[in-house]
Amino acid sequence: MKFLRNQLDKVKHQFEKGGKLEKYFYAYEAMETFLFAPNTTNGQKGAQIRDAIDLKRLMMTVIVAMLPCLVFGIWNVGHQHFMAIGQAGATMGDKFLIGAIQVIPIVIVSYGVGLGIEFVFAILRKHPVNEGFLVTGMLIPLVMPPDIPLWQVAVATAFAVIIGKEAFGGTGMNVVNIALTARAFLYFAYPTDISGSVWTYLGDAQAVAGYSGATPLSIGAESVTTGESVVTALNSFGAGWNEGVFTLSNLFMGIRPGSIGETSTLMCLIGAAILIATGTGSWKIIFSVFGGAYAMGLLLNLIGGNAFMEMPAHYHLVIGGLAFGAVFMATDPVTASQTESGKWVYGILIGVFTVLIRVFNPAYPEGIMLAILLMNVFAPLIDYFVISANKKRRLQRATV
Amino acid sequence: MGKFIRLKKGFTINLKGKAAPKVVEIDQPETFVIKPTDFHGMYMPKPVVNVGDTVKAGSPLFHDKKHENVLYTAPVSGEVVEVKRGEKRKLLEIKILTDKKIEFEPFRKYSVSEIANLGAAEIKAQILKSGIWPTLVQRPFGIVADPAATPKAIHISAFDTHPLAPDYNVLFKGQDQFFQIGVDILKKLTSGIIHVNTHSTTEISTVFSQVKGAEVNKFSGPHPAGCVGVQIHHLDPINKGDIVWTINPMGVIQIGKLFLNGVYDSSRILAVVGSEVKNPQYYKTYTGASVKKFLEGNLSQDHVRVISGNPLTGTAISKDGHMGFFDHQLTVLPEGDYYEFIGWITPGARKVSFHRALGLLSFLSPGKERVVDTNTHGEPRAFVQSGVFEQVTPMDVLPTHLLKSILAEDIDEMEALGIYEVIEEDLALCEFVDVSKHKVQEILREGLELVQHS
Repeated sequence: MKFLRNQLDKVKHQFEKGGKLEKYFYAYEAMETFLFAPNTTNGQKGAQIRDAIDLKRLMMTVIVAMLPCLVFGIWNVGHQHFMAIGQAGATMGDKFLIGAIQVIPIVIVSYGVGLGIEFVFAILRKHPVNEGFLVTGMLIPLVMPPDIPLWQVAVATAFAVIIGKEAFGGTGMNVVNIALTARAFLYFAYPTDISGSVWTYLGDAQAVAGYSGATPLSIGAESVTTGESVVTALNSFGAGWNEGVFTLSNLFMGIRPGSIGETSTLMCLIGAAILIATGTGSWKIIFSVFGGAYAMGLLLNLIGGNAFMEMPAHYHLVIGGLAFGAVFMATDPVTASQTESGKWVYGILIGVFTVLIRVFNPAYPEGIMLAILLMNVFAPLIDYFVISANKKRRLQRATV
Repeated sequence: MGKFIRLKKGFTINLKGKAAPKVVEIDQPETFVIKPTDFHGMYMPKPVVNVGDTVKAGSPLFHDKKHENVLYTAPVSGEVVEVKRGEKRKLLEIKILTDKKIEFEPFRKYSVSEIANLGAAEIKAQILKSGIWPTLVQRPFGIVADPAATPKAIHISAFDTHPLAPDYNVLFKGQDQFFQIGVDILKKLTSGIIHVNTHSTTEISTVFSQVKGAEVNKFSGPHPAGCVGVQIHHLDPINKGDIVWTINPMGVIQIGKLFLNGVYDSSRILAVVGSEVKNPQYYKTYTGASVKKFLEGNLSQDHVRVISGNPLTGTAISKDGHMGFFDHQLTVLPEGDYYEFIGWITPGARKVSFHRALGLLSFLSPGKERVVDTNTHGEPRAFVQSGVFEQVTPMDVLPTHLLKSILAEDIDEMEALGIYEVIEEDLALCEFVDVSKHKVQEILREGLELVQHS
């Protein structure tokens, strides 16, 4: 450690004011503070002591909460690969290997491109490199389909970081969730690439007879025209090559095709438990998204009308990316509502809109993405009303 | 009948080095200092003494050019040895080399029955002249009280929940009579009530519990329950246009002594605390004492930060510096200017944290006393995490939004969000728990000054 410290101290003067590498100071600082927590002390007046927390640790906590989703996702990509090519007997190791070969490059590209842009902006705009991308860089791969071309990951990440974040002033200033911006960008820029068999990695192998790239959401959307019960259609899907892939328990476990990290409701709930136990993610938001979606599902059940509307409400909680969105996307403190009562409204509306978009707008079956982006935009409005109420209480008091 | 208010939000920082409940007498320090910088809202302090002048306890040292009747007087008798000025000749401190025996400037003495018949004008004149007036702090803004104003209430917090805070039962033991007289006198200065706010879980000194003519309220809950701003918010909140005064029991007792004994008696008990102090305990001394004698041979190491006041709101001073006017706590903590290898992720329960994020385990043993140094534990960042300030602010105030309105210099918004209700100490915990390491107290003071001078 001493050696490392000495090396850092030896080159430090070159990056400081007047040094020949002065303009790269923030790049140096990012590296230095990554290796060593800084030796800065609190000011002469005010708080002389500070809490042990910093933003790096906070972000690491979120990353750890995402690890179950990542590990499960890697296995699942492999598993779905072998199911689709008719080799159900493949070993666990093979599944992890194939999964890793497919997923790790996506993670590397996401971090590489994103952090690269962060450093460039930090140097150009002379501000410290913010830790926010540590989380975003992991979120992006988890919402990508496994068969996505790497260049698309790169383009989407670049778009999200530059347009979604830096254009607004960097970490803490962005209006919409950056990882979802990346996903939405792909969705609208390359619509044909992000549908069909993209949800399963096939590689060079041939899919088995009867293979279909349909997702539970698209089955739901189809049921509107066919009139067939969604539950029956889901239960019978995969016959012959991936028996029972869309049964309720399988949907909950997440052993099904889909984006890399968002298929498993169980893993998302483990992540939620970590976020809530550590106080990093808002439990209010997580609960209210699930609650809002379930309540809206129930309401649609009551109204009835078509097969998708009649789908049991709890199915909405396990299909698509609702759980992942609720736990990791909606809770982003920068883009979510920032008042405590506002968080309830924000979460409930995300849940409600997710189900509405799923059921009534089959052109965009993935409702959670659009619902969160929509509510990101409206979060300041929710806060505005909460803050106004606070001000009003104060004003009323004054007149009494 | 007083109120009982239960507060839930907040965080008590449990540090090592609390004062043992014994009061020690040692040789008094040689020098005492009064610093104009201890008083907010001072326009331009103007000294009325020169180096070489001899003063008695209660002789005027300086006054503010805008409020010439508010005198700041010598806490002890002796010779003025230094009038220290800073940039633009700003007055920083006036130092007195003390006599062996303190001589007092004579003020008028009153009997208890005379005090009962005193008028507000006479009371103000005596307190102003004695130099005790600045112990009255005016809200909003936390400035020295305006003698021309009549506050809607006067609040006295009778306990301190800051880290390592002294026990008021030790500090004010046996001062029952002076406190009572002080309250009787202050009652004539307000149109409203005197609130004496006590803590529900600790034993309440008879100084406070037996006081007559004041409302004795009880508070429960973690820090900042002891901050008078928080108490005011729950008892009788400050609205735009309101004026409220607050005063520490020390000031009340000094007022009592002034009228009964006819002297400005600045004697006080000082808690010398902190993990780096060998024998944390109480000492008898006077306002503005040099800390040298209390620290000599009493420190377990040399690389320390000496703080006049508590670790959340105090001011760093040198090892031979002097106590602030309002402070009754001298804290010594280890200096934190070290690098820590991957310190942002190493797990452990050694460091204190309000949070429970990855590896921060101090929440598992909240009863344990910990050593905390002055390291920032991270770098300044933009606002990211939300909802944390709210968890340590037991008031219907939105600290994050208030701070943002100050950064935006939006005065109307600051008023609407309740800037009149808070001063630095009320939001000091926000500064402690902040993930993004903002200087919350500094920002708040900027906002207060903006509003005050608008």
